[in-house]
Amino acid sequence: MKLVTAIIKPFKLDDVREALSEIGVQGITATEVKGFGRQKGHTELYRGAEYVVDFLPKVKIDVAIKAEMLDRVIEAISKAANTGKIGDGKIFVSSLEQVVRIRTGETGPDAI
Amino acid sequence: MKMSNIKMMLAGAMLALLAGLPMMGLADEAPAPAATGEAMMAPAATEAAPAEAAPAAEPAVEEAVAPAPTPNKGDTSWMLVATLLVIMMSIPGLALFYGGLVRSKNMLSVLMQVFSIFALITVLWAIYGYSLAFTQGNAFFGGFDRLFLSGIYDPVSGMVANAATFSKGVYIPEFAFVAFQATFAAITVALIVGAFAERMKFGAVLLFSALWFTFSYLPMAHMVWFWPGPDAFTDADAATAAVAASGWLFAKGALDFAGGTVVHINAGVAGLVGAYVIGKRVGYGKESFTPHSLTMTMIGASLLWVGWFGFNAGSALEAGGTATLAFANTLIATAAAVLSWTFAEWLLKGKPSMLGAASGAVAGLVAITPACGWVGIGGGLIIGALAGVVCFWGVTGLKKMLGADDALDVFGVHAVGGILGALLTGVFNTWSLGGTGIIDYVNNTIVDTSIGTQVWIQAQAVLTAVIWSGVVAFICYKIVDMTIGLRVPEEQEREGLDTTSHGERAYNL
Repeated sequence: MKLVTAIIKPFKLDDVREALSEIGVQGITATEVKGFGRQKGHTELYRGAEYVVDFLPKVKIDVAIKAEMLDRVIEAISKAANTGKIGDGKIFVSSLEQVVRIRTGETGPDAI
Repeated sequence: MKMSNIKMMLAGAMLALLAGLPMMGLADEAPAPAATGEAMMAPAATEAAPAEAAPAAEPAVEEAVAPAPTPNKGDTSWMLVATLLVIMMSIPGLALFYGGLVRSKNMLSVLMQVFSIFALITVLWAIYGYSLAFTQGNAFFGGFDRLFLSGIYDPVSGMVANAATFSKGVYIPEFAFVAFQATFAAITVALIVGAFAERMKFGAVLLFSALWFTFSYLPMAHMVWFWPGPDAFTDADAATAAVAASGWLFAKGALDFAGGTVVHINAGVAGLVGAYVIGKRVGYGKESFTPHSLTMTMIGASLLWVGWFGFNAGSALEAGGTATLAFANTLIATAAAVLSWTFAEWLLKGKPSMLGAASGAVAGLVAITPACGWVGIGGGLIIGALAGVVCFWGVTGLKKMLGADDALDVFGVHAVGGILGALLTGVFNTWSLGGTGIIDYVNNTIVDTSIGTQVWIQAQAVLTAVIWSGVVAFICYKIVDMTIGLRVPEEQEREGLDTTSHGERAYNL
């Protein structure tokens, strides 16, 4: 089992959700986050005062999947979230030790 | 005739502005004395015996001797509405304008400070403020005739005493004047809050407000606005006596229609001194102090603009020609200031901001305040347009030079705009620049003013306000610092005044 965590541009969330649904992903978790990478922040001016905003708003999605789906999931996210401009985000993949469905008590791949 | 005059002046000003011509363009457009002055003189001709009527500030007993003139119901209604408008511009207008500019952890502290100051000053006004500002005393302070507003209402006759206006034989009920002026005192003190926002103890805010109101606002109001009323000017000798009984700056001939010196320079200087004495906010210059809701600030600025019609046009004390001139100037000059600030910011900083537009409106309102009943529309347009640019500099270049953490730019907008407006009132009052001139109450006629003389008089009024308010404010802050302390502990400042001073939070989302 794998946990795929992707940081994407907020307005790409719907596209990514659709793309993942199409390849059979059952559920995702989305979180509004702030962060910085190579994309520079922007400055805001209030009267005389200039503030540099380093942390830009992004959306983080977490997807738990069976290991064999990994390539398709990465491809789906990469395609859907791509704008070709700096700041499109990143995908992190880690292995997932255990999954439990709380309602039924199912574990492992069946619980995904 | 009035309309055509104003239209001509407006057209002239537009042309001059468009063509980039200097002010001389206006000279040809406004040959006649301002129509408003004529309106003001009219009652003198029709009123039977204005001379017997006691001036406003005299005890009510004298009113009983001569048949008391009945105030015009239109005037009275307008003054009550104008008073309500000024209350609205203070709470919620000013409170929201300021509140939106602070961080969300201090929102309620700002709202609470403005709200409480409004209440505190209103009570002090009734107890002794009105008497010390608007009864006869010396050139700097009034007397104690109206302590607790005594003598205004006569229970035996059921009559309310009259207050003078700017026309002979025209009066408003004194309670209307008392209430109207109470709102001026309250909003002036509340303006200072912006300078020391986000770090002052609540108790210190109240104590400072009471002290500064007593020793700076009241004498300034008396110096600039107290006079025995137009009916006292029966002949040259009586006029000399009346002028001698007036406030110090009134006697000099300083023109301040609605409070450039008394309200804005006064409050702006007190704010700057406060910013120096109290010191910078923790993290100033390092952390970002982004305004937490410019939406609130925009609402506040808009309420200020609307309320300001009561402030400025109400200062005519009558519902007549002068009130409409002040009204029109308050509308048009402010609009010009919004545009000039916006374009200046766009040009120099790259983007036209909502905060800039809102600040421009306030700057224009401040600058037109002393001038609104004394200048024509062309003069008003220029005052407004200059205010937007000059105050923009006030909150950027000048602020950097001063090096004080005047948190919400009370000095940069109110003192700078007030000084600009006060001086330009002296420039644009003359007939040749479309102004109204001034009224000669002895000969019941209107006379012109000369720019050089009037600007010098205005400059003296500005200097008086700057020095008086500066010195008094410094002493008041020091007294508060030595007694209860000015500043909250650093830990509380970091956590925010809402929870630490008031035990509540603005937003529980």
